[in-house]
Amino acid sequence: MIFLLVKLNLMIKLLFFILPVLVCSFSFGQVFPERPKPPKLVNDFANILSDREELILERKLVAYDDSTSTQIAVVTINSLKGNDIADYSFRLAEKWEIGRKGKDNGVLILVALEDRKMFIATGYGMEGVIPDAIAKRIVENYMKPNFRNNNYYKGIDEATSVIMGLASGLYTADQIGRKKIGLSRLIFPLFVIIFFIVISYSRFRSVRGSHMAGSNLNFLTFLFLMSAMGGRGGRGYSNFSSGSGSFGGGSFGGFGGGSFGGGGAGGSW
Amino acid sequence: MKVKKSWIIIGVILVTVFIIYRFFAGSYNYMVNYDETVITTWSNVENVYQRRADLIPNLVSTVKGYAAHEQETFTEVIEARAKATSVSIDPANLNAATIQQFQQAQAGLSSALSKLMVVVERYPDLKANQNFLELQAQLEGTENRIAVERRKFNESVKVYNTYIRSFPENMVAGMYGFERKIQFKADEGADTVPEVNF
Repeated sequence: MIFLLVKLNLMIKLLFFILPVLVCSFSFGQVFPERPKPPKLVNDFANILSDREELILERKLVAYDDSTSTQIAVVTINSLKGNDIADYSFRLAEKWEIGRKGKDNGVLILVALEDRKMFIATGYGMEGVIPDAIAKRIVENYMKPNFRNNNYYKGIDEATSVIMGLASGLYTADQIGRKKIGLSRLIFPLFVIIFFIVISYSRFRSVRGSHMAGSNLNFLTFLFLMSAMGGRGGRGYSNFSSGSGSFGGGSFGGFGGGSFGGGGAGGSW
Repeated sequence: MKVKKSWIIIGVILVTVFIIYRFFAGSYNYMVNYDETVITTWSNVENVYQRRADLIPNLVSTVKGYAAHEQETFTEVIEARAKATSVSIDPANLNAATIQQFQQAQAGLSSALSKLMVVVERYPDLKANQNFLELQAQLEGTENRIAVERRKFNESVKVYNTYIRSFPENMVAGMYGFERKIQFKADEGADTVPEVNF
């Protein structure tokens, strides 16, 4: 009887664990492009850059991310579909989590081709080095004139160079922080595995000593218990940081949990 | 044999008690956590509104240099600013009435500011002034920040409300007196961001 109750309890718990996850995956609007897989810093959805230009820009930005940990992402889209470009930029940047967690050192350069608008969104941590007035100047002096001549690559390239110059020396690469995440994720499953080994071993020994019906049930209960506890722990503010650990030479390691608070400026060309 | 069986039963009871404890402690801690998030996001909202208020003296004095005889508009902005900064809400005291009061005061400042920006349109020299252009960019950025922080506040309230109202957490919420919180409502037309054209 009590087993049944415990099981019922667990079923409900599991359900409660699964439901928020399902809801989360539907809560964001459809207009935002998904986070690129594999992660990329240059995402030319509007196809205004040639493959070569894209590659050069990507290399430049990845190298900068590697040496300073500041992430500058470039996204071009066809249409804002009626959204405000500032609002769109902040939401997209937060969805992709550009920048490092805790440092919030991400920058998003968004270009909307059909709307002829651009925006530089700065993460919380970048507002100091790139104040809104400076972001406005970058838009007006570097992006706008080049964009008017249909020279999108030059405009974006110059803008990123200026931003790099401003942000240089503010942050340094923090490799230790990345490794730490991987380790802490391993600890819990490891603990569970060890626990099971110990339990099943002692179970095995006691079964040999005594023939008891339903002794398997106990083990099964424990199995459910453990999985439910894991469920509780992962609930709420679960960490959605990308954590894709590609350390390959030259490739981008992934966005890291940066947050945006409305800093930056934009314009139209 | 008998001894063994009773041990198992005791074990299961202990585990059940532990689960119940985990449920209560877990739910309560989550509620505290979400509640704190709401308070933090609220103070962020107040910060960005304060940031806007801080920009105004500088903005007014810059505009004054070019449009000295628009005294009426300046007075209006300064009064609205004084009113807006006088309304500050203790996060523990967030309810429909206080939020509305806060929102009204800020909306008054928003509309006074947009009037000021209309005035500016009549002075081409002012619009070319570098100092003014930077102030405009800052004002625009501050309005963006207000929009973002308001959205984040509403999101945190939504998470909190959803949590405390869903079963079985609502029982724990009722026991400890966690109440539903109020979100920002969109202002009725008053929230139009001061139009900034270049």
